Amino acid sequence: MARIDLVDLAHSYSGNAADPESFALKPVTMTWRQGGAYALLGPSGCGKTTLLNLISGIVTPSRGKILFDAVDITPLSTQKRNIAQVFQFPVIYDTMTVGQNLAFPLKNRGVPKGEIDARVAEIARLLDLTPYLERKATRLTADAKQKISLGRGLVRSNVAAILFDEPLTVIDPELKWQLRSKLKALHRDLDLTMIYVTHDQTEALTFADTVVVMHDGRVVQSGTPAELFDKPAHTFVGYFIGSPGMNIVPAEVRGREARIDGHVIALRRNYNGLPAGARIEIGVRPEFVDVAPPAPGLLSAAVERIDDLGRIRFARVRIGDAKFAARVPAGFSIPDKVAGLVFDPSHVHVYADSRLIEGSA
Amino acid sequence: MDKTINQKAWFLVLPVFLVVAFSAILPLMTVVNYSMQDTFGNNQFFWNGVGWFKELLDPTTDLGERFLASLWRNLFFSAVILAIEVPLGIVVALSMPREGWTVAACLVIMALPLLIPWNVVGTIWQIFGRPDIGLLGYTLNSLGLHYNYVANDLDAWATVIVMDVWHWTSLVALLCYAGLKSIPDAYYQAAQIDGASRWAVFKAIQLPKMNRVLLIAVLLRFMDSFMIYTEPFVVTGGGPGNSTTFVSIELVKIALGQFDLGKAAALSLVYNLIIIIVCWVFYTVMTNAGAERQPAKGVA
Repeated sequence: MARIDLVDLAHSYSGNAADPESFALKPVTMTWRQGGAYALLGPSGCGKTTLLNLISGIVTPSRGKILFDAVDITPLSTQKRNIAQVFQFPVIYDTMTVGQNLAFPLKNRGVPKGEIDARVAEIARLLDLTPYLERKATRLTADAKQKISLGRGLVRSNVAAILFDEPLTVIDPELKWQLRSKLKALHRDLDLTMIYVTHDQTEALTFADTVVVMHDGRVVQSGTPAELFDKPAHTFVGYFIGSPGMNIVPAEVRGREARIDGHVIALRRNYNGLPAGARIEIGVRPEFVDVAPPAPGLLSAAVERIDDLGRIRFARVRIGDAKFAARVPAGFSIPDKVAGLVFDPSHVHVYADSRLIEGSA
Repeated sequence: MDKTINQKAWFLVLPVFLVVAFSAILPLMTVVNYSMQDTFGNNQFFWNGVGWFKELLDPTTDLGERFLASLWRNLFFSAVILAIEVPLGIVVALSMPREGWTVAACLVIMALPLLIPWNVVGTIWQIFGRPDIGLLGYTLNSLGLHYNYVANDLDAWATVIVMDVWHWTSLVALLCYAGLKSIPDAYYQAAQIDGASRWAVFKAIQLPKMNRVLLIAVLLRFMDSFMIYTEPFVVTGGGPGNSTTFVSIELVKIALGQFDLGKAAALSLVYNLIIIIVCWVFYTVMTNAGAERQPAKGVA
């Protein structure tokens, strides 16, 4: 159990001399609280697995330091780091029974037999593996094997953190929910730091207290699910999280007004002094834009289609060349192919070169 | 459902049947035929029933004594070279590089002994070991070791075994290397996380994953060494005395040296049967080793 600090940590698989822009992980400095449930979220190839492998020591960083409770452990091998990791695909020791598989990490560390048995029994109970303890692990289903892998990750009680690298990829959707809630319950019970890598936003948002979004080797935002939803720090976070994602439209912004297609939208804050020459966009989630009958004073848009998601309907519209999604209020029907858009000013954000700009009051 | 009966199908099988008949069945039947008869040359044959088989298994007769002695000798030889080549092959495979240009270099060097024809291997070692002009024999004798494979049983055995190890360990190593290469990196990473020692990694991951190829390696090496002829024949000619006369060498002596076709035929049938039985036992034991009796069932 430990607090983990990353200090200016960066990694390139082609060595330190490589072009900084080509680094798999660009320099990051951040802190993982003891006992936190974190999700590392991002598309494939964004560097999240690299970050995980750096923390566990499978990969040695090109630059920077990793501290466990303020002690620099960067040069230590994986074995000495006291960390657990669960991989995407199940890893099973073929010749061993389920019980021996679970006991393996403890046995290797010379834990007394009585303690091993108690711990294995407990983990097996938590993961519903008790009836299979005496069975050979090879013949089990992929689901069961992955549970054993999870079990081996959880079996040591004193680890600095448990790292999960998309551990539920091979698991059936229904069982996925169960296992995820189980992990969450385990997290509450055991007071362990857990870092969970995924590219699935639902998985990340339901598991973690803090979601760390990565994009192109950079950590672009880290915050609670609500923060990521309400105030994306980067346009990438805006459209990666939420379904449909945030609308991002180029606009001219001056003071408390944004101008799209010559139409003015009111803003909550004052945006004087935006960086000169930057690409200015406004971002607003579809949930905070309503379609209405066309009227003077409303931004008008061409309606392309309506997506009915059951509880909520979204209109896919077009403003000039830009695609846009907006909520269709209940009971509202669109008579012709043109609609007006009503913005909620408190949820319209301004981005300069993809980064959120905090206006002044 | 009624099947259409069409006798024309037999004609389609006929070519294969003929080829197999002439290449395998007829020669084998000839051997069976010979094994029941005695010949005094001149193409004259006399019926002997199962007489040769009785003699073969009876150590008090000349034929039985020679057969059983060469059989034990041969089994001992196979056991020794398996005991050396399999562990050695595993060690070599484990110490080979995983990536980079050295992989190709290693593979080529390893494959070299396998590419050399048997009697060339025999000749190489025959000359290499000679006390008067051979590098190995001369060096050993200069060091004060009285090494002479023509005169000493032990030296002859040592030469034949070292020669076989030199010739065939590569095969085991290459098979094991292929097995090792098929292990995903995640296994090694997981073992690191689990704090496994080098030995634990070998026992828990590498050895089980090499299981299949090791089975093939053991079978191939057993069959080859049990049928070995050329190399020891070239080096020692079966001597000194009969000390390195393996079953196939004995067989050739009887068949071609003495022209005892009946005895040789009976011997070769028994020889063949032993190989088939031993391979079957090996295969059954090794495929069932570690397998569970219970039917596979999922955990959910």
